[in-house]
Amino acid sequence: MSSSPSSGSARTIVDTGGAPILLIVAVLGALLFTAATALSQDPLFQFQGAIFIIGFLGGAAALTWGLSAGRFKQDASRYTDGVIKAGVIATMFWGAAGMLVGCIIAAQLTWPTIFYFPDYGFLNFGRIRPLHTSAVIFAFGGNALIATSFWVVQRTCKAKLFGGMTAWFVFWGYQLFILLAGLGYLMGITQGQEYAEPEWLTDLWLTIVWVAYLVVFLGTIWKRKEPHIYVANWFYLAFIVTIAILHIFNNLAVPVSLLNHRSYEVWSGVQSAMVQWWYGHNAVGFLLTAGFLAMMYYFIPKRAERPIYSYRLSIVHFWALIFIYIWAGPHHLHYTALPQWTQTLGMTFSIMLWMPSWGGMINGLMTLSGAWDKLRTDPVIRMFVASLAFYGMSTFEGPVMSIRAVNALSHYTDWGIGHVHSGALGWVGFVTFGSMYCLVPWLWKKDGLYSNKLVEWHFWIATTGILLYITAMWVSGIMEGLMWRAYTPQGFLAYSFIETVAAKHVEFMVRLLGGLMYLSGVIIMIYNLVRTLGLPSSERANHPAVALPAGLAFAGE
Amino acid sequence: MASIFKNHAKLERHSMLLLLFIVIVVSIGGLVEITPLFFLESTIEKVDGMRPYTPLEVEGRDIYIREGCYLCHSAMIRPLRDEVERYGHYSLAAESMYDHPFQWGSKRNGPDLARVGGKYSDAWHRDHLINPRSLVPESIMPPYRFLAEHDLDYRDIKDKLRTLKTVGVPYSEAEIASAAEDLKAQADPNQSPTKLKAHYGDKLNIRDFGGGPDRVTEMDALIAYLQMQGTLVDFSTYKADAPANTR
Repeated sequence: MSSSPSSGSARTIVDTGGAPILLIVAVLGALLFTAATALSQDPLFQFQGAIFIIGFLGGAAALTWGLSAGRFKQDASRYTDGVIKAGVIATMFWGAAGMLVGCIIAAQLTWPTIFYFPDYGFLNFGRIRPLHTSAVIFAFGGNALIATSFWVVQRTCKAKLFGGMTAWFVFWGYQLFILLAGLGYLMGITQGQEYAEPEWLTDLWLTIVWVAYLVVFLGTIWKRKEPHIYVANWFYLAFIVTIAILHIFNNLAVPVSLLNHRSYEVWSGVQSAMVQWWYGHNAVGFLLTAGFLAMMYYFIPKRAERPIYSYRLSIVHFWALIFIYIWAGPHHLHYTALPQWTQTLGMTFSIMLWMPSWGGMINGLMTLSGAWDKLRTDPVIRMFVASLAFYGMSTFEGPVMSIRAVNALSHYTDWGIGHVHSGALGWVGFVTFGSMYCLVPWLWKKDGLYSNKLVEWHFWIATTGILLYITAMWVSGIMEGLMWRAYTPQGFLAYSFIETVAAKHVEFMVRLLGGLMYLSGVIIMIYNLVRTLGLPSSERANHPAVALPAGLAFAGE
Repeated sequence: MASIFKNHAKLERHSMLLLLFIVIVVSIGGLVEITPLFFLESTIEKVDGMRPYTPLEVEGRDIYIREGCYLCHSAMIRPLRDEVERYGHYSLAAESMYDHPFQWGSKRNGPDLARVGGKYSDAWHRDHLINPRSLVPESIMPPYRFLAEHDLDYRDIKDKLRTLKTVGVPYSEAEIASAAEDLKAQADPNQSPTKLKAHYGDKLNIRDFGGGPDRVTEMDALIAYLQMQGTLVDFSTYKADAPANTR
C-alpha cells in the first residue's frame, strides 16, 4: 500500500498502490449488487443496483487493464497529479452540466407551457431542481474541493498523497455517488430533504467515499515534511470532518427494507427541521465557505506572489468561523413551529457570523497589498478579487436576512434564491474558476493559458450575468414579499397568490438571461482550457512543486 | 494574547490535535440547539386530533416527496397576519409530529399547502394536477398527468408502516397487518370502512379521490394526502394563549 520505493531486494515487488485490493472490492461489489438487484422487487432499488453494477464492473475492467498494462506503478519521487487532472476535468464538466440544468429550470418557471412536457414527468421542476442544486454544489463544488485539496495538501506538506490508489477510489467513488444521486432524482428517488435528497443507499456509499477522502487527506498531513500545517489545510480539514458529521446525522434513517430504495428519517417534525437546517446551513458554511476559503488561502497568495496578509487574523477568523457557523441554522426557520429560543439563538449567531466572514475576506483582499497592479494585468487575479467581493457582499446580506423582522419579508421569496446565487455564482464560482485557471497550466506543465483575452471575456460576461441574476431576484423577491402582505384600504388582502406569481414574469426572464450569460462564461472557459492543453509543454513549468513554506507564508509574522 | 498565538503553533504541528479541536468546536452549537428539542416538553404542543397517516396517505406523502413538491410549496404557515388570513391558523409543531422527515419547505413558488385539505374539491385537484393552466392560466406549476395513469404500487406498504413504527409513529400491529386492506378501503367507497375507521378514527376522507372507482392510482394517493393537510388538529380545544403554548 505504502508508496515508499521498494528498494533493491532480490524480488522486486512492483508497488501498485493497492490496485489489486480495489479490484477485489470492485468484483465483490458487482457480485453483491447483482444478487441484491435480482432479489429486490422494487424497481427503483433495481435501478440503483444497475448503476452500482455498471460502476463496479467498469472499475474492475479499468483496474484489470491497468494492472496488466503496468499503469499503476507508484513513483514515490513525484506528486500524485493524475487524479487532480481528472478532478479538474470533472469540475468543469459538472459545472457546465449543473448550470445548464439551472437555466432549464429557470426557463420552466418563465415559460411553463414551452418547457414542461406532460409525457416526460421526470423532467418536471420538482425532479430536476435537486439535480441542479446537487450538480452545482456537490458535483461542481465537491470535485473542485477534492481536486484542489489534493493539490494543496501535497504542495504545502511536501509529501506525496497518502494511500496510493485510494485517491482514485475517492475520485471515481465520488463520480458514482453523483450519478446515483442525479439519475436517482430523475427516477424519483429522494428522501425529500433539501440538499440532502439522496436516499439511504447512496448516502451510505458517500459515507464510505468520504472516509476514504479523510484518510487520504489526513494521511498526507501525517507524512508531511513541513513542521507546520498550512492554513489552507486547516480549512480543508474542517470542511471534510464537519461535512462527515453533518452528513451522518442528517441522514440517519431506517430503510423500508434492505432491498427497498425508500427509507424514513429517524427524526420527525420540529427535530427533523432543526437537524435539516443545521445540516443545510452548514453545507453552506463548511462545503461552500470553509472549503473554498482553503482554496482562497492557497491560490490567491500563489497567484499574487504575495504572502497571506495576517497570520493572526487567519487564526482568529478560522476558529470563530467554524464555531459560529454551526449555530446559524435556525435562521431558516424563523416564525415556524420551531421554539422561539432556538430561532433567537440562530439569529444572534448569524449576525455574529458577519465578523469572521469578513475576516476571511479582508485577509484575502489585503494579501494583494503591493500587488494591486496585477488587477489590471492579470484577469485571473481580478476573478479572485471579484470572488472575495461577492463573498463579502453575500456574507453581509446573510446576517441581514437572518434578522427576524427582515426574514418575515424575505423568507419563502426569490430574495433567498438571489442570496444563494450571489454566494454561489460570485464567490464559489469565481474562486473556483480562478483556481482552475491556475491549476491547468501547472498540472499540464504549460507556460500559461491559451488566451488571457478569453479570461477577460469570461470575467465580464459572468460578472454581468451575476448582477442581472441577483438584481432580478432582489426585485422579484421583495416585490412578492410585499404583495403577499399588502392590504386594501378596506382591510382585505390586496392580491391573490397567483397575481404575485404572474408579477414576476419579467424578472424571471432577466434571471434566465443572467444564468445563460454565466453559463456562456463557463463554456468560454472550457474552450480556453482545452486550447491550453494543446499548447507545447514547457520544461520550466515545474515551479509550483516548490510550495510556500507554511511557517513563512504570512506577512509580518 | 500573544501566548494564545504561540500556543496555537501546537495545533499547527499536530494534526490529530487540530482534528480533535475542530470536532469539539463544531459540535458545541449543534448540541446546544438540537438536543434540548428532544427533552423540553414545551417543544411540541399538546393538541387534540392528531393521528398517524393512513396507509393511503403514507403513499400519497411519498409521492409528494418523490415529485419534489416541497421545493415550491411550503407547508408551514407563519403567525403573521397576512398568512393566517390567506392560509388559515398558523402551523403547530404538533401537526408535523409524525412527519419523517418534515416537509415545511423553504420557498413559495406556489402557495402554502399546510391547510389545503378540504379547500378544493377532488375534481379540482385532479384537473389541476393534470394541467395546472387549465384552471389557473398564469400558473407555473408542472403538469402531473402521469399520476392519473400510474396504478399505485403499494406492495411494500406493510414494510413502510413497520418502518415508520420503528422510527416512532405509533402504529399498532393490527394496523400494520391490514395496511394494504385499509389502503384499498379508503379509496373505494364500495368497501366496508369499519376496520379502517377502527384503526384511524372518524376524521377520515373515504372515497374515490379521482383515479376511477375500479383502481387505485397515484393520483388517488396524492389527493388523499392533500385533502387531509392541516385538518386534523381540533382548534376549538386549542388555546393559543395558554402559557404552555407561548413558546
